Amino acid sequence: MEVKNAAAGTLESGDILIQIAPAQQAGLHIDLDSTVAYQFGAQIKKVITETLTGLGLENADVKATDKGALDCTIRARATAAFVRATGKDVWAD
Amino acid sequence: MNSIKDRAALIAQAAQKMNKEVYNDSNMKKIITPRHELQRQSGKVVTLEEAIKRTGLKDGMTISFHHHFRGGDKVINMVVDKLAEMGFKNLHLASSSLIDVHEPLIEHIRNGVITQISTSGLRGKLANEISHGLMKEPVVFRSHGSRGYAIKSGELHIDVAFLGASSSDPLGNAAGFSTSENAKSICGSLGYALPDAKYADHTVILTDDLVDYPNQHNAISEADVEFVVVVDSVGDSSKISSGAIRDTKNPRDILLAKQAAKVVMNSGYFENGFSLQTGSGGASLAVTKYLRQGMIDKGIKASFALGGITSHMVKLHQEGLIDRLIDVQSFDKVAAESLMNDCKHKSVSANEYAAMLEPGSATHYLDVVILSALEVDVNFNVNVLVGSDGIIRGAIGGHPDTAADSALSVIVCPLLRGRIPCVVEEVTTLITPGSNVDVVVTEYGIAVNPNRPEIKKRLEDAGMNIVDIHDLADKARKIIGTPDPLPFGDKVVGVVLNRDGSVQDVIKNITE
Repeated sequence: MEVKNAAAGTLESGDILIQIAPAQQAGLHIDLDSTVAYQFGAQIKKVITETLTGLGLENADVKATDKGALDCTIRARATAAFVRATGKDVWAD
Repeated sequence: MNSIKDRAALIAQAAQKMNKEVYNDSNMKKIITPRHELQRQSGKVVTLEEAIKRTGLKDGMTISFHHHFRGGDKVINMVVDKLAEMGFKNLHLASSSLIDVHEPLIEHIRNGVITQISTSGLRGKLANEISHGLMKEPVVFRSHGSRGYAIKSGELHIDVAFLGASSSDPLGNAAGFSTSENAKSICGSLGYALPDAKYADHTVILTDDLVDYPNQHNAISEADVEFVVVVDSVGDSSKISSGAIRDTKNPRDILLAKQAAKVVMNSGYFENGFSLQTGSGGASLAVTKYLRQGMIDKGIKASFALGGITSHMVKLHQEGLIDRLIDVQSFDKVAAESLMNDCKHKSVSANEYAAMLEPGSATHYLDVVILSALEVDVNFNVNVLVGSDGIIRGAIGGHPDTAADSALSVIVCPLLRGRIPCVVEEVTTLITPGSNVDVVVTEYGIAVNPNRPEIKKRLEDAGMNIVDIHDLADKARKIIGTPDPLPFGDKVVGVVLNRDGSVQDVIKNITE
């Protein structure tokens, strides 16, 4: 799957900015910076990974800047970033 | 014969018996300088360095400050910089509170200038560093009422108080505002500084407006002041109303404020002559706005409003809805100016405001208080000091004092702040015990302490959405998931005192 640089989200409180770039190495690499990293870092990475792999993305560098977003927001931003990065409209059906 | 000469022997005898000197007229010398000149001169007006030297401050002693300029304070950094420059070490800094602006203290702690801190709160980078174990000795946290009382009782002995004032005359009659045309700053009430001025061994006033004697109406009396230091600026008044005491436009805060106002109006305490306080935090401060209409509609007037006084309180006072304002801390410029101009708006010292053991504390006569919280737990315990990430980020303030003493305490608190839950199983740090907390207002419903069934019934009868606090905690957890445990270490970085002086909780360091 071809990936170009794309982003979705904002740096507002309660939101997350997800930036997707072509993979430097094989696999999905997530670099997370979160205001709630202590307590929710693992869970946030898991939600991003599940969302992107669920859409078929296996190779990409992902930078996530989180300001305390809920899981539903993280899924929505990850999906939007995926659509912009791949040009594949997952909402088309 | 009975002239004064004949009585000389008897005078000498009486003096000896009383262990006193005999009066000697040649010691007396009249000062003939015109008084308008004389009142501008005073041996008390010296430089900061001179004042520090002459107070006899030594390593290991306790220095104190107030935080009435909040984010705009310039006194603490200025004085501690000077003390560091003069080579002082091992000082105990006892401020009424510390805020983001006091970040430069980090270096002074690293360099051993400050080795102990007592305060009501800590914020910003200083709080973050201390939470990670910057200091050897734990910070001692007291509520405003207990700090005032601890200073009075001698438990917190202050060697030298350095107190910023917006005006002072050359003798030290000082106030948090200035009526002169050269006024540079205004902070209003000096309530937190009054115990310091009265009970410290030495009091130094720093002012940016030296006015003619007598400075009226002064909060601090010359009798308590040893030195007066003139500086360029004691604080930036425009930064008082920021941070925790901003005026909210957040729609959720407004919803919470409206709900809390409705709770007050249906609580049974909303009647003529009731008294009211609102704590810091956007939602709690905003409650006054929404109580106003209820007071007008029902023809109810309050006897007094207490605490941090805001422009909303002043407005109600000017409209005749609140008879008197009792002000320990002016939360904005409008409040500070009202204190200056209105004799029914009085300032109050911290221990007469909220000390448990002071019989006349104003909080003892408080009906309703509305307070905010970082966390509330299922036992109604409240934390306002330590964030859910384990890092200190707030202040005790008058929270436990007012919650305990009021007839009705209402906490306003959203269910979540971002991904941080505010209704939890157990608070990170215990600040206000649940036994003193009556009602918790969230946007998902209102929980009433089981100790107060009569309040619950009144609110239900008014058609309000009453929920079990356990359900609120469950709801929060369902939305955000279960947090991983915080990386606490084994070092105690803070000790929280109850208002009765006992040790109530400790704060451990965060290791990551």
